[in-house]
Amino acid sequence: MDIFLQQLINGLVLGSVYALVALGYTMVYGILELINFAHGEVTMIGAMVALAVIGALAGSGVDLPGVMIVLAGVLAAIPACMALGFAIERIAYRPLRNAPRLAPLITAIGVSIVLQNAAMLIWGRQYISFPPILPVARHEIGGATITDLQIFIVLLSCALMAGLLVLVHKTRLGRAMRATAQSPQVAGLMGVNINTIISITFILGSALAAVAGVMVSAYYGLAHYYMGFLLGLKAFSAAVLGGIGNLGGAVLGGLLLGVIESLGAGYIGDLTGGFLGSHYQDVFAFFVLILVLVFRPSGLLGERVVERA
Amino acid sequence: MKPNLILPALLMPLMLGLVACGKKENAEPAKAAGSEQIVKIGSVSPLTGPQAHLGKDNDNGARLAIDEANTKGIILGGKKVRFELVSEDDQSDPKVATIVAQKLADQRVNAVIGHLNSGTTIPASKIYFDAGIPQISPSATAIAYTAQGYKTAFRVMTNDEQQGKVLGEYAATKLGAKKIAVIDDRTAYGQGLAAEFEKAAKTAGAEIVAHEFTTDRSTDFMAILTSIKGKNPELVFFGGMDAQGGPMAKQMKSLGLKAKLLGGDGMQTHEFMKLAGADADGVIASSPGLALDSMPGGKAFRDKFTAKYGPIQNYAPYAYDAVQVLIAAMQRANSADPAKYLPELAKTDLNGVTGHVRFDQKGDVSGGSVTLYQVKGDKWQALETVGGK
Repeated sequence: MDIFLQQLINGLVLGSVYALVALGYTMVYGILELINFAHGEVTMIGAMVALAVIGALAGSGVDLPGVMIVLAGVLAAIPACMALGFAIERIAYRPLRNAPRLAPLITAIGVSIVLQNAAMLIWGRQYISFPPILPVARHEIGGATITDLQIFIVLLSCALMAGLLVLVHKTRLGRAMRATAQSPQVAGLMGVNINTIISITFILGSALAAVAGVMVSAYYGLAHYYMGFLLGLKAFSAAVLGGIGNLGGAVLGGLLLGVIESLGAGYIGDLTGGFLGSHYQDVFAFFVLILVLVFRPSGLLGERVVERA
Repeated sequence: MKPNLILPALLMPLMLGLVACGKKENAEPAKAAGSEQIVKIGSVSPLTGPQAHLGKDNDNGARLAIDEANTKGIILGGKKVRFELVSEDDQSDPKVATIVAQKLADQRVNAVIGHLNSGTTIPASKIYFDAGIPQISPSATAIAYTAQGYKTAFRVMTNDEQQGKVLGEYAATKLGAKKIAVIDDRTAYGQGLAAEFEKAAKTAGAEIVAHEFTTDRSTDFMAILTSIKGKNPELVFFGGMDAQGGPMAKQMKSLGLKAKLLGGDGMQTHEFMKLAGADADGVIASSPGLALDSMPGGKAFRDKFTAKYGPIQNYAPYAYDAVQVLIAAMQRANSADPAKYLPELAKTDLNGVTGHVRFDQKGDVSGGSVTLYQVKGDKWQALETVGGK
């Protein structure tokens, strides 16, 4: 039974990352009813930019502790992703604000492809490895092993998610965001600058994505131009699982999806008597998503999408 | 409302003009001036994706051989020959591989060096056989490739029947592992190698406590490694590539899984050490053939290659030898026509960089050996060689 605890821990770490990225998807969908397919790629760009900085610092022989170097990478990635998110919104989505729903959807897919190929051209096609500069301390809890990095990922994700929730529910900006999410026209009449709020939504989501990207590349020790695709797909599924547009839903959905994936991959062989192997790990998570949506289409915590008058 | 005809009216002649220009270019035949003959050799490997570094390695090995042949100036049938390498990317995906194979077959290339993965080489081989194009794979090791009975299918690397056997016996006897966990990546290569390994390990008295699966695009193995950890193996065998093996080694360490990691030629690469970092130390993997530095032309090849392209990943010497085998057969037949030099290809007896190359009736290289290596510091150190000569 001790491996159950280990699978749970693995799942929570994975789920924290999914939750961070899912928040970006859910915020944008709540306001614009747009699935920002490019969000997974923004995460990837964050990871690549951070790795470029980290790799340069680590290789240059500067005598800084590993944690400082990673922090420098994160501090470089966040503004880069914020700028990227802002640019994507202005260039690709704003002109289509009043177009039929399909147009921005296709555009989002297009932006995703552009970003993937841009990353491939800039950073090459191979896996870029994360320099081994972080301390690798392991702790034993009840038969399971947890590393410092895993603890840090979960704690940082929780802190960021809590911060975002406080921002959205307790500040003036947050009130403006919630108002815009409820009804852009009326919020505009009340004096809220809709365009600014939408830009800020994209910027916030992208900042979280940057941190998530660095976490993923630190956790697996590598980054590559294609890593954003499946991650984005799963994070979006997590957002839908918890209820699209619902911030708490994104967090719950992310954590749940991570745990399901981990437990599924670990036990699916035993459960099906060897019929389905652990390489169905990804399938398992999406299968659960389909099940939830069949029985509860608005997700676990309910949708919260803009009212179209 | 009158339909707006102005725009289409303006665009039509423009588009017709473009189509006409295109047609004119195609009408000109690709015949070079007078006495030079262009021989096109296709080279297919994954140039994008997680194994791009290996694909580029193969491509560079072939390119080195082609460039040398062009400088030497080969004459076939009285005409001077210029070899041209047509590089294609199959993304290590069987679906893309068949499309690319058909493209090369339509271009009527004189030979194909490829593909890299067994999973892509096998479906492509049917297309080359139907088109009568000889194919030499530098690195596909699955038994199924030559078992199909295609006269055009050859490989210069020992297949997995022997490699899996050597690994299985090594694990159970030399490493003394009684409880072994097996992971494979469900590709034709990984699955085949793991199956041969299991057979041999069981015969040598070991117990397979777990058999888990992953894919050749995965990076997360925490779940399956956790499940394996619960069964307490002494050794974990991975049938798959370095893009998975590297992160797997790292994750084994972070989970506190104390078993040894053993792999095949897909893991025995330069990139593996980069991806696994400090956790690569002590990992053992095999590769068919002799260690490069103990082969007669090995060191010279290594110097030539690294000067032009950087460190060798694994299969570049095999791609190089594959081209040498091709050119030698063409010279013996005095023709680059596949129908004429194919019989000569089967009679190959060449001392290449990777060793003595002779083909058996199926197209496998006969008398092959398997060498086991271990990561010590930042290098793969050769431990021992089994079989060969």
